[in-house]
Amino acid sequence: MEPHYQHLYEILANAQGYIFPNEIDLQWGILIVVYPFITGLVAGAFILASLERVFKVKILKPTYQIALLTALSFLLVATMPLISHLSQPQRAYEIMITPHSSSAMAIFGFVYLWYLMVVLLLEIWFDYRHSMVVWSNEKKGVMKWVYKILTLGVSDISPRTVKWDRKLGYIITVVGIPSAFILHGYVGFIFGSIKANPWWSTPLMPIIFLFSAMVSGISLVMLVYMVISHIRKKVIDVNVLDAIGKYLFFVLILDFTLEGLDQIQRIYEAEESFEIIKLLVSGKLYLTLFVAQGLVGTIIPLITLAFLQFYKHKIKLRKTMYFIVSILVLIGVYSMRWNVVIGGQLFSKSFSGFTSFKVGLIGLDGTLMAAFWLVLPIGILAFLLWLLPPWKMVEEEE
Amino acid sequence: MKLYIPPQLTRLALAFAIFISLFLVLRHFLVPDTFGQYGHYRGASLIDNAQPEIHYAGQQACFECHQDIQDLKAQDVHSEIHCETCHGPGQKHVLSGESSDILKPTGREFCGLCHAMNAAKQKNAVFQVDLKKHNIGKNCIECHNPHQPWEMKK
Repeated sequence: MEPHYQHLYEILANAQGYIFPNEIDLQWGILIVVYPFITGLVAGAFILASLERVFKVKILKPTYQIALLTALSFLLVATMPLISHLSQPQRAYEIMITPHSSSAMAIFGFVYLWYLMVVLLLEIWFDYRHSMVVWSNEKKGVMKWVYKILTLGVSDISPRTVKWDRKLGYIITVVGIPSAFILHGYVGFIFGSIKANPWWSTPLMPIIFLFSAMVSGISLVMLVYMVISHIRKKVIDVNVLDAIGKYLFFVLILDFTLEGLDQIQRIYEAEESFEIIKLLVSGKLYLTLFVAQGLVGTIIPLITLAFLQFYKHKIKLRKTMYFIVSILVLIGVYSMRWNVVIGGQLFSKSFSGFTSFKVGLIGLDGTLMAAFWLVLPIGILAFLLWLLPPWKMVEEEE
Repeated sequence: MKLYIPPQLTRLALAFAIFISLFLVLRHFLVPDTFGQYGHYRGASLIDNAQPEIHYAGQQACFECHQDIQDLKAQDVHSEIHCETCHGPGQKHVLSGESSDILKPTGREFCGLCHAMNAAKQKNAVFQVDLKKHNIGKNCIECHNPHQPWEMKK
């Protein structure tokens, strides 16, 4: 047999039933799973920080800066999975210099930039400016100048100016909440607006993405708070965990209900695509949807958190339970991104067949690359916590 | 009372002004010259796209020499299938005229690419043959003329 037919036969062995020629290979691989996951962590962490700021939830104070810095570390990396997924990454900037108004991705670039420049960086800057001025006066050598540059040369720390830091920071937070909603809602919109794909195309998609983003971001901040306290050999305040746990519980209920509604709608409508989707979820997506996302990532954390609302166990046990719950929720939300991104490409748009997906280990589109983009923000966070330690900030009187 | 403008606000305004101007300057140099010449794309990309080597000649080029095949094909079920579907890209052969520059597939598997039994295919759309039972050991083209499949060879 001719070599190119040989190749065709090999890849066709991965397909079941009838599929269109361009459906054999998945265009969007594991990096596109990582992208909404990371963006979601950003939006979720920021929303938790805003709770403290806008709604004055005092108990969450120890997590405020941690949440902001976590959001920034992940936001800085959020576009990297997309860029490394491109065949020509060196051309990535073109989407920003010649954006087309009909391109959802091009507009996302600006939504992202708005969120990074106007919301997150400004909020952190207003929050830390006073401390940075003090640090630049205390430190010697290079670090003195680093802090000086970070203050942009505004070294005025008179009570009036510092009060304005707080005021402006508050305004930014108020603007930031809808911005965080838009940022992650937009990621859902990018999938939800793909008409040709019945697994994606639902107006609920932005909302589902948003709520799962909040769930994952809150869990991440809870986890980061516990790990940081452990590394700094400080006592983990279980009241903080209880407070975060309560929010996580409520948001998780909403998230679960919304996703449930989406599925019930699908089942009741039973459109022409329903048969193939039924096969998809009971076959290729069984493990990642029902086991990882449903059982491990939603049901078990929900039951545990509900339990923790009513029964106050010993502190040590509670901490362990929160630790495990936050990891389980993160696994669940990652699986949710997987089920959307990969699941949506596994069935043929002819509704008569399936292709299959094998994740590569190496290469620009492989598992190692995805793992790298997931680990890098943790490194950035460690650096930011060293540069801008929340526990060394200047205390301000209210 | 004099209006108080907090110093951090004026400094941020300056920082943003610098950032935006830098973006605009960069944009000025980075946008390709021919961008927007015909539409929202780089006009010169049309020239780039015309550069790659041509592989497929199109069936009109085949029929200029192979009039007989055109006539044969026109009378039977393969009339709608273009020559290069089976014979592969033909530009090289069109230019050289050498018969070694074109594919002439002969095997049973090759015909089977379209005609082998496949439960996922519509039964009436493409004629399906069970290659495991139908005249084992013989090549399809020993009986069928691929250009006129239902005129059986004697």
